[in-house]
Amino acid sequence: MTQNRDEALDPVVGTAVPGDQIKIRARDINVFYGAKQALFDVSLDVAEKSVTALIGPSGCGKSTFLRCINRMNDTIAGARVQGRIELDGEDVNDRGIDPVVLRARVGMVFQKPNPFPKTIYENVAYGPRIHGIATTKAELDAIVEKSLKRAGLWAEVSDRLQQPGTGLSGGQQQRLVIARAIAVSPEVILMDEPCSALDPIATARIEELIDELRNQYCIVIVTHSMAQAARVSQRTAFFHMGKLVEAGDTGDIFTNPRDSRTQDYITGRFG
Amino acid sequence: MNEHIVKSYEDELNALTAECARMGGLTEAQVADSLEAVIRRDQALAEQVVTRDERLDILQAEIERKAIRLIALRQPMANDLRRTVAAMKIANNLERCGDLAKNIAKRTMVLAEAEPIAALTRSIERMGRLVSGRLKDVLDAYTASNLDRALQVWSRDDEVDEHYNSLFRELLTYMMGDPRTITACAHLLFVAKNMERIGDHATNIAEIIHYEITGDETMSVPRPKTDGLTY
Repeated sequence: MTQNRDEALDPVVGTAVPGDQIKIRARDINVFYGAKQALFDVSLDVAEKSVTALIGPSGCGKSTFLRCINRMNDTIAGARVQGRIELDGEDVNDRGIDPVVLRARVGMVFQKPNPFPKTIYENVAYGPRIHGIATTKAELDAIVEKSLKRAGLWAEVSDRLQQPGTGLSGGQQQRLVIARAIAVSPEVILMDEPCSALDPIATARIEELIDELRNQYCIVIVTHSMAQAARVSQRTAFFHMGKLVEAGDTGDIFTNPRDSRTQDYITGRFG
Repeated sequence: MNEHIVKSYEDELNALTAECARMGGLTEAQVADSLEAVIRRDQALAEQVVTRDERLDILQAEIERKAIRLIALRQPMANDLRRTVAAMKIANNLERCGDLAKNIAKRTMVLAEAEPIAALTRSIERMGRLVSGRLKDVLDAYTASNLDRALQVWSRDDEVDEHYNSLFRELLTYMMGDPRTITACAHLLFVAKNMERIGDHATNIAEIIHYEITGDETMSVPRPKTDGLTY
């Protein structure tokens, strides 16, 4: 019902996900960094158990939008967010929501792998321990193993869990931080250009991992690689100058975009 | 449409379309000449058509190679992707048209040995002109990216079928009336069938143009379709 109403208000973009599949529902999001407005009336639905890619030229607002979802913009001085973002129908900006708990539900992976300067084991165990997900050593061991396995890293590190996480290769570190993100059983994983610092093989591993993870999680990925967006996502949203221009099925966006700005961007005509 | 930021990519795409248009021109000439050879019982011209067919095969292979290379190296998206795929598919259809024209030319050599049947030649000529015209129209539509023109070709597909069906009946009448005409008539029947198929390829090309321009695989307008088979 509400979905139809929104479609009538906003016929072009963002809100075509069937109501029962919506994990994240953003409406009329405006973000300001001081006097500068970075996002303009963005409304976007993100489906559960799928990968949504956010694409667009630098400075288009895609990372800003991503950071609204787990309130990372709260940490930036002078940033103001207006509008409503719901996670499973719940307003993430509600006073009753603890941002720390929110960020456990909505994990994040950054462009540069940022493992803690601790052992591989501690990197993964840290979250579950502080969130009280595991109490005994055995439980913690199980979570660490399961998370590393799910991140496709277990076979490479199982015999050196006590070595520093920072000693791994870039691709392994990125999988380590993904393991760290999934160790706290999040519902959503946000990825901000997770492969831009990786070589093609490490990139392929991460993409394969993303494809596996989507069976269980809602994934939102910001990427500058059109080909990567096309490969890993089911839905794609194109941002331009702070506005959401077009969102839809990835296959449609890359073969037959409706908006000429989307067309120009993905075919390399401006950027 | 803005130009690509990468100029050489723009150039490659343009070259692909240009090559396809050039192949279209050659195919048109092959079809027209094969028809001319049948009508004028011109064996020399027929031989030329047969010899020239190889050029179409080479062009088709070249276009396919370029398109595959472009997909691999440039990863075309959206309208660029459709344009690339369209060039490849159109080249395929043109190559088939070339084969059919060559087959018509080969039959001309046999037909030239038999007694001419003026009435039949006129019917073949009428049908041939129609088919050549359709091929020309659709290729013009391709070069000019003119959707309306392509749709016109597409929606008039039934005219060729009507001509073919009436020619078929005409040929049967001759064969029943005088069995000595059977050899010539059987060849003319294949000539007519080949032309009908060239007409079908023109229709295919119209559909490909529709996809290239609109991105829709299905045609948006209904096509009038007359009768089924009459035999």
